[in-house]
Amino acid sequence: MTTLVARFLMIVGAFALLALVIGAQPVSAQQPTMVNPQASSVKEDQLFQQLDRISGRCTLPDQKACTIEQPAGRDWRNFHGVTLRWIGGIAILGILAVLVIFYLWRGMVRIENGRSGRTIVRFNAFERFVHWMTSTCFIILAVSGLNITFGRPVLLPLMSPEAFTAWSEWAKYAHNYLSFPFTLGVILIFFMWIAGNIPNRVDVEWFKRGGGIVGHDRPPAYRFNGGQKMIYWIVVLGGTAVAVSGYVLMFPFYGTGIQNMQVAEITHGIVAMLFVAAMIGHIYIGTIGMEGAFEAMGTGTVDLNWAKEHHSLWLEDERARREPTDLQRRASTTPAE
Amino acid sequence: MARMKFLCDADRCIECNACVTACKNEHEVPWGINRRRVVTINDGKPGERSVSMACMHCTDAPCQAVCPVNCFYTTADGVVLHSKDLCIGCGYCFYACPFGAPQYPKVGNFGSRGKMDKCTFCAGGPEADNSPAEYAKYGANRLAEGKLPLCAEMCSTKSLLAGDGEIIAQIYKERVVKRGYGSGAWGWKTAYREIVAS
Repeated sequence: MTTLVARFLMIVGAFALLALVIGAQPVSAQQPTMVNPQASSVKEDQLFQQLDRISGRCTLPDQKACTIEQPAGRDWRNFHGVTLRWIGGIAILGILAVLVIFYLWRGMVRIENGRSGRTIVRFNAFERFVHWMTSTCFIILAVSGLNITFGRPVLLPLMSPEAFTAWSEWAKYAHNYLSFPFTLGVILIFFMWIAGNIPNRVDVEWFKRGGGIVGHDRPPAYRFNGGQKMIYWIVVLGGTAVAVSGYVLMFPFYGTGIQNMQVAEITHGIVAMLFVAAMIGHIYIGTIGMEGAFEAMGTGTVDLNWAKEHHSLWLEDERARREPTDLQRRASTTPAE
Repeated sequence: MARMKFLCDADRCIECNACVTACKNEHEVPWGINRRRVVTINDGKPGERSVSMACMHCTDAPCQAVCPVNCFYTTADGVVLHSKDLCIGCGYCFYACPFGAPQYPKVGNFGSRGKMDKCTFCAGGPEADNSPAEYAKYGANRLAEGKLPLCAEMCSTKSLLAGDGEIIAQIYKERVVKRGYGSGAWGWKTAYREIVAS
């Protein structure tokens, strides 16, 4: 009897289970019929919103290849083709125009009291060597550098594409290799002339009185006047900036990415253009702009009257420094008479 | 005239790298240079996508604009080519290119990169079509033989399309409509300033 009841219960239980399973069946059949494979996929626009470039994983040893898109190249292109040409054009043609107008108006700054015929050493042989080494390199660097920016619109129409390529390739190598003596020159200039180039109150006075260039005033100055100190710091700071950015470009992708390379080129271009403009001004004053100035770097000696007019305090210092030795020499030679 | 373009359907690319291999073999591209490469984005994560990328032969190409010696030219088919005889290896095209297409045979210190190399859309260079000189510098000129770029021709999933921009864009649009999704034509906005159904 008990087994019969147990069997009945088992059958009821089995039916109940079946009913449960059948009842549950429609629920499990309700799986999504549409799969959207796009739900989690990466999209170009989203990636650009997060970052200005799209990179991934690639199997190539050259990991630069793993960046598939960098639209920043467009901005750099715009800088190289438009912005830099305007900066360079305005800076260089501007300074040339200003100098021509200035020369026509002021003419050469003469030694007012004429030449005394007596000279004093201003730059020794080593200083002149460093100056000319740096400046020769600078001129070649400037011409070969300007060729990269202005060669295509200015020079290429004048010669055959093959000739322009040959010239540009040589210019490129000259630019790369002459950067080394140029950098050395900038370093030597920094240490050689730092002592006389710390700005001080005399410079403020010098600028206020027109520096002996604009007016006919002759403000006092030590070995380097305010204008020369400006040139010094342009060379030291500008030279450092072009050297550092230049070496980044010369050793591409050493710890730098494409963005750094673009920034380096932009820095190099802007600083170099302004540097060239400043040096045109420097060359003007050192040659046709001022009588007696070129000799300082030419023979290394300047006329006493020039020194008196342009570097009066320096001349006093030099005399004070020399006179005791002159006296000593006289003192030592007198007894022999 | 057709306006030649590439289109990579990222939803079909299976990252087999056959396009890369075909390109290297067809043009005997030297070691270290890959005119085409496959990049996988969000690798190993849900929704990863692979894109096969080479020179996109841009409209108003940035490389052409920045080249200091003007060694690039655009063919009547809209293919951007360059002359290795004129290239000075300055590297500017690589800085300007949005797709990292320009390649150089050497590391590049002291400006010694060598002549730039990039995808030619299988259209060679300025030399006479299919001449040995052209082959040595730029590889095969399939376009001159009436064929399309090999990378796209042999793509097993037909992910990579090459040909007239309007036709390949149409093929892609039809695919998107039929399957109901598409992550867009990668690079088209940057290269051609246009968007294909996404």
